Amino acid sequence: MMRTNFWQMGGYARFVWPSIGFALCMLLWNVWSARRHYARALLRVRRALAMARSEE
Amino acid sequence: MTEGGSRINMWTWFYKLASPPYAYRTAEALMPWFFAVAAGMIGYGLIDGLVFAPPDYQQGDAFRIIYVHAPSAWLSLFAYSTMAIAGAIALIWRIKVGHAVAAAAAPIGASFTLAALVTGSLWGRPMWGTYWVWDPRLTSELILLFLYFGVISLRQAFEDPVRGDRAAALLGIVGFVNVPIVHFSVYWWNSLHQGGTVMRLGKPEMPGSMLWPLLAMLCGFMCFFGAVLCMRLRGEILGRERQSAWVREAVKA
Repeated sequence: MMRTNFWQMGGYARFVWPSIGFALCMLLWNVWSARRHYARALLRVRRALAMARSEE
Repeated sequence: MTEGGSRINMWTWFYKLASPPYAYRTAEALMPWFFAVAAGMIGYGLIDGLVFAPPDYQQGDAFRIIYVHAPSAWLSLFAYSTMAIAGAIALIWRIKVGHAVAAAAAPIGASFTLAALVTGSLWGRPMWGTYWVWDPRLTSELILLFLYFGVISLRQAFEDPVRGDRAAALLGIVGFVNVPIVHFSVYWWNSLHQGGTVMRLGKPEMPGSMLWPLLAMLCGFMCFFGAVLCMRLRGEILGRERQSAWVREAVKA
């Protein structure tokens, strides 16, 4: 496939590229969101640990 | 090893998974492998599907949307099934990890349902002349998205997390009836949406040059789901077991 043809996607570029882009954004969002979810849970446990230590 | 021995080992492993520390460590160990396979498969699938696969004789290059649409749609159903089965296991056998798996799977499934709807809509515009039509497949997929939102909201609506988990699991199980409706809607009713191309009995309709990248994308998305599920599951278990001694030890380490 020629380089310009590739980006034009046979005239369907405005449908193909946003679809690919949206799906990739969803993949990235999932990774970001899962990492954030884990980091928040870890922070809550560490806070609970620190509070328990300060009460001792 | 005998067949009976391997069956006992499988059940032992299954019972072990019901233990939060074991599930946490298993998820931690599996996650990088899932991510590595997902990256390889999705990378190959995208390059082969977008660059090397020939255009469709009817749809031209617009058919390439299938490489993200079909895996997203497949995953939307798979994640819902995972959520419903995990919820059922948690309700029947009172296994807490089941609720954690269901809670972890819900947002992932919702995001892929949204991706399936958006990419399908973008594919529908050049092929059907409209972004949206109240077609059985599209409508049942939209209902699936609302079911995900319902399950996520219901879990958070209760002050008592145990009651929230049970209510969400029940809704997940009841809503599971929509999964076969989404899948078979194109056969049961008149639909604009095309029938199955890969998941059908007999030979797939696609030639190999188009099919291989699609299979790679399906496999890659499944592994990606496994990886993100493991990551979310670790967070869920940590949050739910934060008073346990093993969590305190794990966090200190």
